[in-house]
Amino acid sequence: MTHALHIEGLTRHFGSRIAVDTVTFTADTGEVLGFLGPNGAGKSTTMKMIVGFLAPTRGTARVLGRDVLQDPLGVKAAVGYLPEGAPAYPDMTPKAFLDFIAGIRGYDGADRRKRVGHVIELTRIEEVAAQPVETLSKGYKRRVGLAQSLLHDPQVLILDEPTDGLDPNQKQVVRELIRTMARDKCIVISTHVLEEVDAVCTRALIIARGRIKADGSPDTLRSQWGSDNLDEVFGRITRNA
Amino acid sequence: MRNTWLVFRREFAAYFATPLASIFIVIFLLLAGLLTFFLGGFLERAQADLVPFFEFHPWLYLFLVPALSMRLWAEERRLGTIELFLTLPISMIEAVAGKFLAAWAFAGTALALTFPFWLTVNYLGNPDNGVIVASYVASLLMAGAYLAIGSMISAATKNQVIAFVLTTAACFVLTLAGSTFVLDFLSAWAPTTVVEIVASLGFLPHFQSIQRGVIDLRDIVFFVSVIMIALTANAVIVDWRKAM
Repeated sequence: MTHALHIEGLTRHFGSRIAVDTVTFTADTGEVLGFLGPNGAGKSTTMKMIVGFLAPTRGTARVLGRDVLQDPLGVKAAVGYLPEGAPAYPDMTPKAFLDFIAGIRGYDGADRRKRVGHVIELTRIEEVAAQPVETLSKGYKRRVGLAQSLLHDPQVLILDEPTDGLDPNQKQVVRELIRTMARDKCIVISTHVLEEVDAVCTRALIIARGRIKADGSPDTLRSQWGSDNLDEVFGRITRNA
Repeated sequence: MRNTWLVFRREFAAYFATPLASIFIVIFLLLAGLLTFFLGGFLERAQADLVPFFEFHPWLYLFLVPALSMRLWAEERRLGTIELFLTLPISMIEAVAGKFLAAWAFAGTALALTFPFWLTVNYLGNPDNGVIVASYVASLLMAGAYLAIGSMISAATKNQVIAFVLTTAACFVLTLAGSTFVLDFLSAWAPTTVVEIVASLGFLPHFQSIQRGVIDLRDIVFFVSVIMIALTANAVIVDWRKAM
């Protein structure tokens, strides 16, 4: 069976430092996978390799059966990716920005307008859609990044810290969105906020120093480590790392 | 092709999103005019040609063109948008070509806006318009070569000022490599082969020979090769230093 996401021995060195060390896992449609770990644990590096931005030192990633080393464009066409910090061109309006991405994603004319309109509605950025990105608040900027990743209704979504730096209301909006999309997608989010895992994830991967330290649903992790508190579980796992 | 066009359009529009476009065009036209009339003695020469106008283009481009190329990749790096851009389903060739062509088209737009000079010289006399067309081709090719080198250097840094300074320096060396100034200095002691190699690398002789109205395929091939080599290096650098 083809997994939505199939990661095999993914490893990345930066000089003598090993940022990601033989990370292996699979994920399927319907799963919201939380990448959990302290800063510098290798969450972002892993994501960058999955989407074909960084070349792995060893190992590979397959998205819907497409190998990122052999078919990088195929993988890029299949996934929706929100890079850390939700970068967007500051002098463009969200509308022009999304129009550009939609064009690259292969949509034209009425189809493109429909797609752009749809994600603007989905991420609730209608009221800022015509003002330059550089004038937007962090919350709106993040949602523009999210909108960009959803344009082609991808089956696999990779979101690097989608709620980082948002106020509680904005976090709620983004989490709700992730939950509503979860049913027919495979979503990977990275976070260092533990409440997020309980709020949206069906499964958590705890990563420390580039290695997977724990893998399971939030409840499994709690019972496995004999604690009701995910914070405590997280602390124990990452301290022992 | 399609993606190159989409990138081209976005990049070209980006020049006009800031005052850069208008400032660049105004300064370019102003300086081109001043140099032609004052340093070039356009009127005093009493000749119906645009030699004094085109003569200064290599020097004018030396510090204006790097201002167009410096942002191409350095800005993407600084903003982090490079991570977004390069995870779109687009090949490296399309990305590099789209950006370069946008900058080149912008330089071409500025150059095209110098048409009043051409009108003036036609009003004042009967110039050889064939030579003028050749000069425009030479100038455009020269700008393209500078831009390709600038784009390559911009890909290596996230600092636009560094990209600007290094591009100016690199283009200065390449421009002067074929000048009599350097060649006289070299021929005093270096073997003829060395002198010939250095001479063939210089932009200036190629520019001047096309500008004189002699469209020699070798000169065209020279500039096109410089552009291709620089853009290939550009793609390699982007690929290699993506994350830094």
